[in-house]
Amino acid sequence: MSTSAAAQAQARPAGPPRVVLVDDHGLFRSGVRAELGPRVEVIGEAGDVGPAIELIEQLLPDVVLLDVHLPGGGGHAVITEVKKEHPDIKFLALSASDAPEDVIAVIRAGARGYVTKTISTDDLADAIKRVADGDAVFSHRLAGFVLDAFASAPSPGDVKPSFDPELDQLTTREREVLRLIAQGYTYKEIARDLFISGKTVESHVSSVLRKLQLSSRHQLTRWAAERRLT
Amino acid sequence: MQDATPDNGQWNGHWHGPPPWQGPAGQQDDVPSWVHHTRRWRNRGDGQPLRRQRDDRVMGGVAAGIAAWRGFNPTTVRVVFAVAALITAGWAVPFYVIAWLIIPAQGEETTIASRARHDSRGIAIALALASLLVVFLSLAGALNDGVIEKYGWAQVVSVPVLALIWRNASEDEQAGLRRLVLPLDGRGATGKAARRASRLRIAGSVVLLGAGLGELLTIHGGTQLLAPLGGFLFVTAGLVLLLGPWWLRIARDLMVERQARARAEERADIAAHMHDSVLQTLALIQRRAEDPQAVVQLARAQERDLRSWLFEGRAPGDADASSFAEGVREIQRDVEAVHGVPVEVVTVADCPIDEHLAALLAAAREATVNAAKWSGAGVISVFAEVEPDKVNVAVRDRGKGFDPAAVPDDRKGVAESIRGRMSRHGGEATVQSAPGEGTKVTLTMVRTARSGPAGRASTGAEGTRR
Repeated sequence: MSTSAAAQAQARPAGPPRVVLVDDHGLFRSGVRAELGPRVEVIGEAGDVGPAIELIEQLLPDVVLLDVHLPGGGGHAVITEVKKEHPDIKFLALSASDAPEDVIAVIRAGARGYVTKTISTDDLADAIKRVADGDAVFSHRLAGFVLDAFASAPSPGDVKPSFDPELDQLTTREREVLRLIAQGYTYKEIARDLFISGKTVESHVSSVLRKLQLSSRHQLTRWAAERRLT
Repeated sequence: MQDATPDNGQWNGHWHGPPPWQGPAGQQDDVPSWVHHTRRWRNRGDGQPLRRQRDDRVMGGVAAGIAAWRGFNPTTVRVVFAVAALITAGWAVPFYVIAWLIIPAQGEETTIASRARHDSRGIAIALALASLLVVFLSLAGALNDGVIEKYGWAQVVSVPVLALIWRNASEDEQAGLRRLVLPLDGRGATGKAARRASRLRIAGSVVLLGAGLGELLTIHGGTQLLAPLGGFLFVTAGLVLLLGPWWLRIARDLMVERQARARAEERADIAAHMHDSVLQTLALIQRRAEDPQAVVQLARAQERDLRSWLFEGRAPGDADASSFAEGVREIQRDVEAVHGVPVEVVTVADCPIDEHLAALLAAAREATVNAAKWSGAGVISVFAEVEPDKVNVAVRDRGKGFDPAAVPDDRKGVAESIRGRMSRHGGEATVQSAPGEGTKVTLTMVRTARSGPAGRASTGAEGTRR
């Protein structure tokens, strides 16, 4: 994303990232808040779509840690609404759900990454910092979903013709990076394995995120559109 | 009619509640009895005495009651009633109304008739109505050749009985009746414009009915063949205008109720499932709280079951590995159950299993079991990807690792069983490991028989999702 470089350059004031927690389970929020401790600064919590939007627009945090499933519209509703006014606020999606279409919907709404709730505290703090710095964060599951969604070569009917065809396929290198993420490798290990720099790994991941958000691949749009009825 | 489950109040108003799997805990045991009931009466008569149904009624619930009693489809019974009413010149209507009067409603001890006996004012009103009708019909009979008379006489019975029912039905049923006729007089309309529209509608229909009836009444002896047609048209138009909103309302109410019932049944299914799986596991976990290893295993196993049920639409237990991704998940299940080490699985795309892929799965299982036994790692990661021309599996741990060169020749059995198995089927296996760095086993099998394009079972399961 051309703005991702800009976002990286635009240095965030030093210190722990300011975070708003959005999750409908109070117990989970307080657990995360306690565990993250001094590594990030939790400046607010919300448990519902409406209050969350209000709180975020008032506090203007660096990162919003957002549950995919929320009463009153789901995580992607918060992202869509906040992004209208404040495109620079970053979102990290967090969920116990692994339904691919839920995850893809949040990413396409503009989240910079997705991690599962089983993530370790260290990894979560690290992911928040990474997102605050403008990078993308892929959990192994998200990497699997993306590979799956981009698995076959797009057939002509699969993609709306007006779109940039490059968006609808992953490069070989991107695939390699995603495969290693799906196997649970860290960025550092991936860089070492593929003989590339950590920055390059990050730019590959950001590029995949961009394709994920902008591609018109049928599979992706279908996933995004087909919200499960609960 | 709106209160379908008076005896299970806690289910009311929960249709739009929390996601089903977060549904109210603790109610799993008492699946509403009427749900079973509803299910049963769809198949055969329920063996219960004849009762008017509360939860599937259009008017008095007589048709639904008979349907439940004898195991018919309620719609069929209703259609039979309507046809009978036409054929018998309206005499089926008093039959229905009297049935309404003398059959007790479901959950009630007494009939409306037994209460109406003590309602002297109601009886007076009924008698007055009956005599009024008799006078009107005699007049009409004198004026024309009996179209009205033919259908009218039956209603000399049904109208007074209806009045009695109206006055003596139970509170709950009266509320339903009021709601039923509410759109008729426009009292249900809120807002000035709506009230005005409703008044106009009634005025219009009264004019049309008056014109139509007038024309019908003045015809004598069928001298003019075409004239009755105009009268009928007026009457029909008047009736449609007057009763149209009411009919619509009834149809809508019925539909809403049906949906609510379907949802309730679904919730009951979910509740039953939660009880069988999650609650049982939680109970087990409480009893084995002093054994953390066992608790983790139980929680993992339950998590997998629940995931496959929620996101892949599979019932727990039917773990028949028919596809490659399914086979990989089976490895996960077995290794976690036997060795108690969590296995993180990511699968990309899917395809059916042939003998080569079965060998690949066996090798992957061997590698995963090895990692669980020897690596000491806290978690094992298995990554499986089906590509159009080949299938890859990577089994990786961050455990002790070993120096492949330092393994004595006679101890290579396990690695050979993986390598040998793979090469016999035209595949490849590589083992990367170093002390302290963990181990990674990469398995690749070329796909020979392309049994269809690489389907996507991991996402394709959406189709079967509830």
